[in-house]
Amino acid sequence: MAQVTIRQLNKVYEGAVHAVKDVNLEIPDREFVVLVGPSGCGKTTTLRMVAGLESITSGDILIGDTVVNDLAPMDRDIAMVFQNYALYPHKSVYDNMAFGLKMRKFDKAEIDKRVQHAADILGIQQLLSRRPRQLSGGQRQRVALGRAIVRNPQVFLFDEPLSNLDAKLRVHMRVELRKLHERLGTTAIYVTHDQVEAMTLGDRVVVMKDGLVQQVGDPMTLYNTPANLFVAGFIGSPAMNFANVTVVGGEGGLWVETKGLKLRLPGALASRAAPLTGKSAVFGIRPEDLRVANSADPAEYSMDCEVEVVERLGSETLLDTRVGSETIVAAVEPMVAVRAREKVRLAVTPDRMHLFDAETEKAV
Amino acid sequence: MVALATSSAGGKRPAPRARLLEDERWLAFALLVPTAILLGLFIAYPFVKGVILSLTSARVGVEGEFVGLKNFVKIWNDGIFHVTVWNTFWYTGVTTVFKLALGLWLALLLNRHFRGKAFIRAFILLPFIIPTVLSTFAWKWMFDPTFSVINWTLYQLGFITQRINWLGDPDLAMTSIIIINVWRGVPFFAISLLAGLQTISPELNEAAAIDGARPWQRFWHVTWPLLLPVTMVVVLFSVIQTFADFQLVYVMTGGGPANATHLFATYAYQLGIGTGLLAEGAAISLAMFPFLFLIVVVQLLYIRRVEVR
Ligand SMILES: Nc1ncnc2c1ncn2[C@@H]1O[C@H](COP(=O)(O)OP(=O)(O)OP(=O)(O)O)[C@@H](O)[C@H]1O
Ligand SMILES: [Mg+2]
Repeated sequence: MAQVTIRQLNKVYEGAVHAVKDVNLEIPDREFVVLVGPSGCGKTTTLRMVAGLESITSGDILIGDTVVNDLAPMDRDIAMVFQNYALYPHKSVYDNMAFGLKMRKFDKAEIDKRVQHAADILGIQQLLSRRPRQLSGGQRQRVALGRAIVRNPQVFLFDEPLSNLDAKLRVHMRVELRKLHERLGTTAIYVTHDQVEAMTLGDRVVVMKDGLVQQVGDPMTLYNTPANLFVAGFIGSPAMNFANVTVVGGEGGLWVETKGLKLRLPGALASRAAPLTGKSAVFGIRPEDLRVANSADPAEYSMDCEVEVVERLGSETLLDTRVGSETIVAAVEPMVAVRAREKVRLAVTPDRMHLFDAETEKAV
Repeated sequence: MVALATSSAGGKRPAPRARLLEDERWLAFALLVPTAILLGLFIAYPFVKGVILSLTSARVGVEGEFVGLKNFVKIWNDGIFHVTVWNTFWYTGVTTVFKLALGLWLALLLNRHFRGKAFIRAFILLPFIIPTVLSTFAWKWMFDPTFSVINWTLYQLGFITQRINWLGDPDLAMTSIIIINVWRGVPFFAISLLAGLQTISPELNEAAAIDGARPWQRFWHVTWPLLLPVTMVVVLFSVIQTFADFQLVYVMTGGGPANATHLFATYAYQLGIGTGLLAEGAAISLAMFPFLFLIVVVQLLYIRRVEVR
């Protein structure tokens, strides 16, 4: 097991696509790190550079204390699980798992011990003599994991390993993966574009966009204090509501204001927002931090909305509402008695308000 | 119920002929007829005609009469025929090995990324596209005892001091036609195998690289087994074509010198058309049949096995 260090990593593909820009990352031993971001943000490229499948344009990658920039994949002591599993179609499940050990000249007894052990952990003992073609997607996924496990490598690399599974199986395998990590404790780098996977699996999550790291942090830090507009909108489902507002001075401190909406900024946020007074900004509030207001809610933390659509999900109800020219989604209690085209008053939780600089898009 | 009965009686039934076509067996039959006619006209008829011919004493201009297996007995004892059989196997075997090896090597090279790849790929097909007779005439010049540019080059480079009589010496003549056949056949192997290579996901090679396989091991454990079904089909195709090759030998040597380069097709042609012994020529072409049949059966069985895996 080992830590992974990434320093000032850059990748420019021929044709001048700058896919990865100045990425810095310290991954301590035994940590499960998730790289997440929209399609084309450079997650796979970063992972492949760690694996040694893609050359590094500039920067360093260290596994343990060794700079591995120029080491071949086989000499890096890593194992990778591919999105399409990349199982050898002409080999049995057993041989698929044993191949890496055979290539490394392990003796037969040791290979057998390790394969059986991995099959045991993954519950695929009865599949060992089958070919990949004869397996379901979930089973293939396990075999691909098994192939990585038997090697007992320093680092696991995963590239969207669950994206080819149906929704239910994906949730199941997510839990299995987490359990596996608790059990083996191998340092892992996991790539996904699914923020739910990122939040549930990662000890720490790296949010990327256009080849740049936007924010690194544990899931709750990303959720509670997103560093910028992009992270705020990317993490959380349904996504955070945004409204273009102006910061204005008024009675009791600073307010944000736009057509149909006027809210007071709570103390801490107000003091940080002071430099923006008179300027435009982006106000953010998560749907789950909104609720239907009652008479006790103060006017400075509520707003009048017109309901456009009511989505009843069972465990909660989503209200798609309109405030002035902005659309605001609220996740409220399931049995709420509101119908489309009715007026409703929504209350915001003051200390859950977010404000972003309209120019730099950074959190205030 | 009533409504249903009236509506189905309302004349919506398909016409009788259309109903006949809805029966799958009739439809299948109808669809197969054109193919069957074409096959019968261009394959079965000549084949049957050949068989009948080989059992007679027909010559050019002479109908001939039924003589049983006499022609086959005759070629069985014919020294030139023995040479022909040996030549055909040697020619087919050697060229196939070289075509496969060179074709595979080219395919592996072309499967990499480099500048001008599309151009090179098109360029490589050239020997395959030029009509055989045309390119073979060009080769004939190159192997010509007097004007041979090969001789000239070897001479200038100091490898030889005397002219080599490429097509005049039996062994050299065979070597020459083998070289030309390989030159002509490699593109087909290269392009077909390249197509096969491109169906193999690059991720498999990457996975093997991470698993610790060196390039040669990756080829042996991943690429080759996955390419095998395509390889077998290509080899089968090439063997059939080479075994029955005619144009190349006919243009280069006409089967000479001293019958040293005859293949089934050229010898059959020489006897049947050249000498006018139609029946014997037919017998020789037919003699090719059991050999080819055996080769095809063995290879098809092998392909089945490979694909089932
Ligand atoms: N071989 C390549 N040659 C040129 N450009 C490439 C190559 N591979 C990727 N790119 C480009 O690099 C950028 C990052 O690609 P990458 O595959 O790392 O994205 P990703 O974050 O994994 O996206 P996804 O979620 O769709 O898999 C993209 O703009 C892509 O077009
Ligand atoms: Mg990717």
